[in-house]
Amino acid sequence: MAVGKEIRTQINSIQSTQKITSAMEMVAASKMRRAQDRMQLGKPYSARIRAVIGHLANATPEYRHRFMEEREVKRVGYIVVSTDRGLCGGLNINLFKATVASMKQWADQGVEVDLCLIGAKATSFFNSFGGNVVAATRDIGEAPALADLIGSVKTMLDAFEAGTIDKLHLVSNDFVNTMTQTPTVRQVLPIVAEETSDMAHHWDYLYEPDAEELLESLMARYIESQVYQAVVENAACEQAARMLAMKNASDNAGELIDELQLVYNKARQAAITQELSEIVGGAAAIS
Amino acid sequence: MAMTIHCDIVSAEQEIFSGLVETLVATGTLGELGVGYGHAPLLTSLVPGPVRIVKQGGEEDIFYVSGGFLEVQPGVVSILADTALRADDMDEAAAEQARQEAAAALENQSADFDYGRASARLAEAAAQLRTLQKIRQKTR
Repeated sequence: MAVGKEIRTQINSIQSTQKITSAMEMVAASKMRRAQDRMQLGKPYSARIRAVIGHLANATPEYRHRFMEEREVKRVGYIVVSTDRGLCGGLNINLFKATVASMKQWADQGVEVDLCLIGAKATSFFNSFGGNVVAATRDIGEAPALADLIGSVKTMLDAFEAGTIDKLHLVSNDFVNTMTQTPTVRQVLPIVAEETSDMAHHWDYLYEPDAEELLESLMARYIESQVYQAVVENAACEQAARMLAMKNASDNAGELIDELQLVYNKARQAAITQELSEIVGGAAAIS
Repeated sequence: MAMTIHCDIVSAEQEIFSGLVETLVATGTLGELGVGYGHAPLLTSLVPGPVRIVKQGGEEDIFYVSGGFLEVQPGVVSILADTALRADDMDEAAAEQARQEAAAALENQSADFDYGRASARLAEAAAQLRTLQKIRQKTR
């Protein structure tokens, strides 16, 4: 019986799509766990070094590092951390929206913007959107290595030191929980002092060896660790968002199949009823 | 009882130690330094070597760090290590082998030889061995 052949094929094709999306969901779930572990392991270090830098910014040091000095803003830099692959819902688009909104604020003040892009999705977005891209890194993989990031981060740091840019922002997704990832724009340079109530009087560290040399390496380490942590966190966000997107896709496919199944069954029944009535009608005509 | 300070030892990969200590002895760029309660705020870089802590109650513990930073704040000491190991997890035979390999590499240098890297590896291996010797002294 050749009833609803097209519907049958449609159902089959949706079913195979559903198989793929549900497999991707499970893969993302297991990858997310590993990415989350990686994120958790790196957290104490980045939190500590941020605290140390915060103390430094609050201190009244004999030597002020140039990363701590506010300058008149003529040009700002952005490091945008995106994913390498798609199919992760609105994760990247929300991030780019936040970036563009923040960039627009600067553009309104007549400030120009330089971009450093991490991840293939950011590269392709800003290629079509436009923007002055000075550095790009892609294919960072699931376990990002610091060595892969240093090159493009260094470009931005050098630009800051040379005075080409006067502010540096880091845009990445914050992992709130599996359901929620929020895009955030953070100012990395110049370093912002966190408000602390203790140690309000004037004080300074003892530096060994000397302040300049020490701060130089500490600052470099600080920026690297912040960018690394952002990349690792973004990787966890990617997997969580993909898991959610694929779960939704599988659910939608399920609904679609149910609806089509109903249509198919109705068509089949209608065909049977029609044939029966034809037979009955034919028999009545003969007798 | 001795006055204690809070101590955090973290490496880029994980948190190694967090708790109250009576004293902490680490190897800074300008030599070994001890930190106790009431130390002035200090910021120093560390060279590969052992970090010895005396925990509240007098129990000792030794870690190995391959460089990093030491920060002293009133009441808090933090070590930001590049890599840190619990000394118990270290393998003496492997450290000795690494030291010998590095020393051998320094002796027969070829044209494309990276002197800086080899001497850094030698320093690290030697520091690991020093850490292990410290532990041995302690247990004896």
